[in-house]
Amino acid sequence: MADDIAMRASGAPPPHASDASPPRASGASPPRASGATPMLAAEELAKYFDVSRPLLQRLLAREGRRILRAVDGVSFEIPKGTTLSLVGESGCGKSTVARLVVGLYQPTRGRVLFDGQDLEKARAASEQRRRMQMIFQDPYASLNPRWRVRDIVAEPIRAFGLTRDNAAQRERVAQLLAQVGLSPLDGEKYPHEFSGGQRQRISIARALSSNPEFLVCDEPTSALDVSVQAQILNLMKDLQRRLGLTYLFISHNLAVVRQISDRIGVMYLGRLVELAPAETLFNAPRHPYTRALMEAIPDLDMTGRQRVPVGGEVPSPISPPSGCPFHPRCPLANHRCKAERPALIPARGTPETVVACHAVEEGRDGAAFTPMDQRPPGPRIGTTATAL
Amino acid sequence: MAPILDVRDLRVEFPTRRGTLTALDGVSFAIEPGEVLGVVGESGAGKSMTGAAIIGLLEPPGRIAGGQILLNGRRIDNLPHEQMRRIRGREIGAIFQDPLTTLNPLYTVGDQLIETMQTHLDLSGGEARQRAIGWLEMVGIPAAAQRVDSYPHEFSGGMRQRVVIALALCAEPKLVVADEPTTALDVSIQAQIIALLKRLAREKGTAMMLVTHDMGVIAETADRVAVMYAGRIAEIGPVREVVKDPRHPYSTGLMASIPPLDRRVEHLAQIDGAMPRLSAIPPGCAFNPRCPHVFDRCRVERPELLETGATRAACWLYDPASEKQAPEALRHG
Amino acid sequence: MALARLLDSDLFWSFRRSPVTVLSALVALVCVLGAALAPWIAPHNPFDLASLNLGDAFKPPAWDEIGEASYPLGTDDQGRDMLSAIMYGARISLLVGVCAVLFSTLLGVTIGLVAGYLGGSVDGLLMRIADIQLTFPSILIALLVDGIVRAALPREAHDQIALFVVIFAIGISAWPQFARTVRSSTLVERNKEYVLAARVIGLSPLHIMATHVLPNVLGPVLVIATLNLGNAIITEATLSFLGVGVPPTHPSLGTLIRIGNDFLFSGEWWITIFPGAALVAMVLSVNLLGDWLRDALNPKLR
Repeated sequence: MADDIAMRASGAPPPHASDASPPRASGASPPRASGATPMLAAEELAKYFDVSRPLLQRLLAREGRRILRAVDGVSFEIPKGTTLSLVGESGCGKSTVARLVVGLYQPTRGRVLFDGQDLEKARAASEQRRRMQMIFQDPYASLNPRWRVRDIVAEPIRAFGLTRDNAAQRERVAQLLAQVGLSPLDGEKYPHEFSGGQRQRISIARALSSNPEFLVCDEPTSALDVSVQAQILNLMKDLQRRLGLTYLFISHNLAVVRQISDRIGVMYLGRLVELAPAETLFNAPRHPYTRALMEAIPDLDMTGRQRVPVGGEVPSPISPPSGCPFHPRCPLANHRCKAERPALIPARGTPETVVACHAVEEGRDGAAFTPMDQRPPGPRIGTTATAL
Repeated sequence: MAPILDVRDLRVEFPTRRGTLTALDGVSFAIEPGEVLGVVGESGAGKSMTGAAIIGLLEPPGRIAGGQILLNGRRIDNLPHEQMRRIRGREIGAIFQDPLTTLNPLYTVGDQLIETMQTHLDLSGGEARQRAIGWLEMVGIPAAAQRVDSYPHEFSGGMRQRVVIALALCAEPKLVVADEPTTALDVSIQAQIIALLKRLAREKGTAMMLVTHDMGVIAETADRVAVMYAGRIAEIGPVREVVKDPRHPYSTGLMASIPPLDRRVEHLAQIDGAMPRLSAIPPGCAFNPRCPHVFDRCRVERPELLETGATRAACWLYDPASEKQAPEALRHG
Repeated sequence: MALARLLDSDLFWSFRRSPVTVLSALVALVCVLGAALAPWIAPHNPFDLASLNLGDAFKPPAWDEIGEASYPLGTDDQGRDMLSAIMYGARISLLVGVCAVLFSTLLGVTIGLVAGYLGGSVDGLLMRIADIQLTFPSILIALLVDGIVRAALPREAHDQIALFVVIFAIGISAWPQFARTVRSSTLVERNKEYVLAARVIGLSPLHIMATHVLPNVLGPVLVIATLNLGNAIITEATLSFLGVGVPPTHPSLGTLIRIGNDFLFSGEWWITIFPGAALVAMVLSVNLLGDWLRDALNPKLR
């Protein structure tokens, strides 16, 4: 049996035993919050990268093409004014989703609807682009080092021709800087004169300068120290409240995600394995991977529960395991899990959660997980991999 | 018990054209056998530099400008390079964030382990190989007897970091300096590595200095914690006290700003402002411009580490002679 | 204000700390000023045939017993003042060198930027061309270009545009170095998030290349350009020495060395040694400046 798995995992071309029963997640997608058009909807979004070696080397080594399935059929909706977070470990495809959404990548399959419009077609319209902006992870790389802050912040204003009047533009930049907690005088400075947290504020001011309704935030706090992370999270929540923004928030840090999200999607190897309202996800995580992630977070109460780290490591997305991608590490895996890719369907018991797990569907996910807030006493902080 | 590592009043300076920057100032601590000391702080606080100073690998032009570092009672801060190189490896093991910088890609992991052991221990080739396999097993590498002849690139990131740990420990050093050993790893692997480090320190009676920005890692692994700020130790004490009941206003703010996993809070506690640059450390207490409890003395006089009960904190609120005393809220978490 | 900032900068600080660099800068400055201002400060006009006196031919330098003070570095076979000839010659050498470097910089930076930013097959094609060209020595390419132009044009027409041909021939041989450097910096910059931010708002690749990427890849270009200036001057001198460079009516340092070479063994050493020394001083000082610039701009070596 082990051989069977090894063969499937390393065989080329990548086996897709589950192709016979393609998941139709979109049909059972998360219920819409209301009848209103969501700000953003991803439908069966996929992005494959060709990571083959150059042709000549490939021929010499008698290799086939190597296709990396960074995102492999992801569907979700983000109602206006809310935050959806995508979490997962490195290589799970969450950042690729962010880049697909803002159009930095073209999807291999599926589509993105922005306010009901197919983004592929609407992309040409600068009005659609104006309504969508992005905040990046690395505050040291996201600002052009040779530009003054005022020019950085004004770039989208100029690009979209929002104001031709220089005085009005200066006024607007000053107002934006004030809005993110900087001094209007900071506009004259260069990025290197600022700390990481201040740079991230500049990045946010730039994103806000085109009056967007939707912000894609790709790990916006993970390069920051923890006390600064708190400042930025507070600022982002505050701006969302005041400006009615919609966020797609990408992070690997569950504790951060809990503070900011309305709903959370957990990704593993390019797929959503669980999507649920934030509180439900933390109180009743259903997918074995979600549970494992929560278990892996260090506990401040050292005398606390016995930690059972999930064994093994994330497999390569170039040759993902057959069936459920998590099955080689999953304590609940059986034959069906190896053969059949589970669809994202409402979970038994917590119908507002959609989960892609045969075990949950069949009701063999065993003893309920102890929710975070019912654990033995002692404060828990989820700081693993949080910049402190 | 005599400490294995004793750092006294360590001062590290970086001469630059615009004057000398003091990167570490008056850093003192000790680590006993089998003890794990966690060193935490925000980027630029000097935690990695403390580790680098101890293992004698300060980046030039940085230099130790004052104080002493004693390893088993012997000064090692003023040794010539060649002697220090021998001490690294034999008496001090180092684990860095990126395992690839530590492993030589041209040799199998077995060769590297065997060479390290034979350089520092009196072992025959066969014995060394047996021990190498033993170490790989101990750090949790499956099928160690076969993997011992693999090259570093044949291991995954998590497995490589295990090899690095084996390499750092195989010469049975008395002190291990681990600088962000889990930062480059995924959450699920981190937990495995942390558990491993802690177990090995206990079993071998090794003193360990664990430098990380990750409070969770510290909480799980360390016995005591030093919180650093602007090149100085702000607070040092048992991990439980420092994490749950910090006394220094900076540690308090730091712990409070960590987002909780077990609940959602509308407004996270935050410390306004940012840590000063080395070129602009304010006089008195380095934290005074951001401190909610600041009073006159903090702006002029630099506080030494003072007893607060369970921990020692560099804060004038804990000097009975100060005109202002720590409020109840600080004294009890 | 701008001057004060320059004097306070790290670059100026590292400049002042290195005596060799300061000396090179002084030598280079003397060369450039002497060359640029030759028509106004040279003691004689070596191109004014009317003022030439064959009786003054082969005068040794002024410090020799039979030397004359009005010809400090002696005269050549035509009675031309060597110092003046060197100043005018350096003027040509420098003109060709600077123009050739500007040409190759422009070409190389554009190609490198496009290849690096667009990537894919465009990148593959451009870089293979660069690879192929790099397998030929630059002097060979220059000779080849010059030969083609000579064969294609009648002699008079060629003489008229000879200067441009040399500039083109030297410039074309150096672009791959610029292109490769710019390409590799561009590959780094284009994945930085500030470039992504510009792409998100839909700015055109051309706009992003010009306003975002270009200013951030110019540092190493400056270094290569400086180092290449020395090379270009040497290449020009070599071509002229071989007699295929600038026309003899406008002798460059290379031409002077070639002419003087005929007299080296008959005792009139100054006719070739002084232009040679001027060439060495100019190229060496420029190269030393380039080396310093490379180290000063490389944070790893600081």
